[in-house]
Amino acid sequence: MPAALEAAHATFSYHRDGARAVDDVSIAVPRGAIVGLLGPNGSGKTTLLRLLAGTLTASAGDIRVQGEPLPALSRREIARRIAVVPQDTHTAFDFSVIEIVLMGRYPHLGAFELEGAGDLTIARDALAATGMSALETRPFNALSGGEKQRVVIAGALAQRADILLLDEPTASLDLAFQLEITSLLAELNRARGVTMVVSTHDLNLAAALCTELVLLKGGRVLAHGPTEQVLDAAAVRSLYGVDADVVRHPRAGHLTVVPLARA
Amino acid sequence: MRAREGIRARIAIVVAVFGAMAAAAILLAPLVGSTPIRLTRVFDRSIPYADNVDAQVFFVARLPRVVAAAIAGSGLAVAGVVFQALLRNPLASPDTLGVASGATLGAMLVITFHLGFEVLGIGATPLAAFAGSAGALAIVYAIAAARRRGTSAMVLLLAGVALTNVLGAVERFIQIIADYTETLRNVRWMMGSLDVGGYTEIVASLVPLSIAFAVVLSLPRVLDLISVGADAAEARGVDVRRAERLALVGASLSTGAAVSLGGPLPFVGIIVPHIVRLLVGADHRLVLPASALFGAAFLIACDVVARTAFGAVEMPVGAVTAILGGPFFLWLLFRRLR
Repeated sequence: MPAALEAAHATFSYHRDGARAVDDVSIAVPRGAIVGLLGPNGSGKTTLLRLLAGTLTASAGDIRVQGEPLPALSRREIARRIAVVPQDTHTAFDFSVIEIVLMGRYPHLGAFELEGAGDLTIARDALAATGMSALETRPFNALSGGEKQRVVIAGALAQRADILLLDEPTASLDLAFQLEITSLLAELNRARGVTMVVSTHDLNLAAALCTELVLLKGGRVLAHGPTEQVLDAAAVRSLYGVDADVVRHPRAGHLTVVPLARA
Repeated sequence: MRAREGIRARIAIVVAVFGAMAAAAILLAPLVGSTPIRLTRVFDRSIPYADNVDAQVFFVARLPRVVAAAIAGSGLAVAGVVFQALLRNPLASPDTLGVASGATLGAMLVITFHLGFEVLGIGATPLAAFAGSAGALAIVYAIAAARRRGTSAMVLLLAGVALTNVLGAVERFIQIIADYTETLRNVRWMMGSLDVGGYTEIVASLVPLSIAFAVVLSLPRVLDLISVGADAAEARGVDVRRAERLALVGASLSTGAAVSLGGPLPFVGIIVPHIVRLLVGADHRLVLPASALFGAAFLIACDVVARTAFGAVEMPVGAVTAILGGPFFLWLLFRRLR
């Protein structure tokens, strides 16, 4: 069975002859995995996510979803397989929660088709899965950061894609919401078998959530493998130039990273 | 209105309610004026048209102006909705972005220098107005695209202020070199006047307006998605660049059609979409048709005020929309900055 999502020698630069934001990256995301993208600012995490989502096109190498090269698929076909959760979502207009979630049905509808009862059921199901059913008619802009992120995740679920790409999903959230979103993602992965690629700066979140890690620096892959094997003090030092203790936490049951000093 | 019914039913309700409002405005506004006329007599088939003074006043003296108001109001409101969605900024509109000034300059050149040409059935004035609005829009858009991710509302609105002033200077220069009667005509038109005097100009503006509406009304769902984020829309399968191009051509055309008829009518493109959103919510499948219809009714009402508020002295309708719109715009600005 082909990998859910796969990059082979993917390369991309924003400017012709400019520095490569993503440089010869080859990774395979197995079905059902949660893959974390770690790396310092400017290491190419977001660019790689956009290449994987098909919103940027690799200048060399290729990206395959479920074995098929992205350029062979239409935008809508890609969107039916891959959903994206941006870092944060703002809207200038007063959309209600259910309206935001229903937008996830776009790739499933014809150009002039209106969403019907089936779409509404799917959207409500997605709201239920993210624990947001009670807020269905509330204005999206009146929600807290964590609630907004849940609604956006519900929109991605309503897209009924097997693969979810999340760009720093907890970056603008406080500790409680960070935990909440993390356990929501773990639950969606477990219950619905959603494959995820998550970029993050939060090493402890990555350790708690991700089955595999990809370490990126300067657009290149430094290491890729199971979290337990990849995440160690040497990795943290080479990525961030920081001395850290990486230990298994007795109560959490996963690795934890305690930064100590700049190396 | 906002929740329970399916989207299909809500679109039907919105079109029916706002359509009735626009139709009522078109039928009732011509009754207002110095010569009193009655609607029953206007449509009384037993009186021959040649003898029916009420019908003549209705169809010849007053209706063209009302229809011009409907078209201009509709065009500006729709252009406002499109700009606001694309820039994700409720303060964007043909006038705040300087696009209306571009259209004004284009139309003014044609009027002043009596340029007569026609392309595909579109007359010189709306065509020049479209060229002007498209040119101004290209400048604004270049500014927006230069720092796509970081372009703040303020940068765009200030660019609009700068553009409006530069274009305004060119417009005043043209007034000076034009002869006296042309200048008077231009000044009246620049203040906003819907006194078109017949159906010729209306017909000329209908072609660009129809094209604009056909383009824009194919895009409401795409506007919903783009207004929540261009990248997110792209990831949902929207061809964002293509949609933006179509929407901008549509908005320029409808601004051009509106301005060529009534001059630059300030704030119509901001007030109408806002009132509409308060009534129907944010979904562009409701906001677009409702704004097109409510825009018509709104400008017809403003023009009735302009015609009648000071008895025999007629106010320019642009002054009415400015007096209403200025405070409204400030209120919105403060509400957003809070």
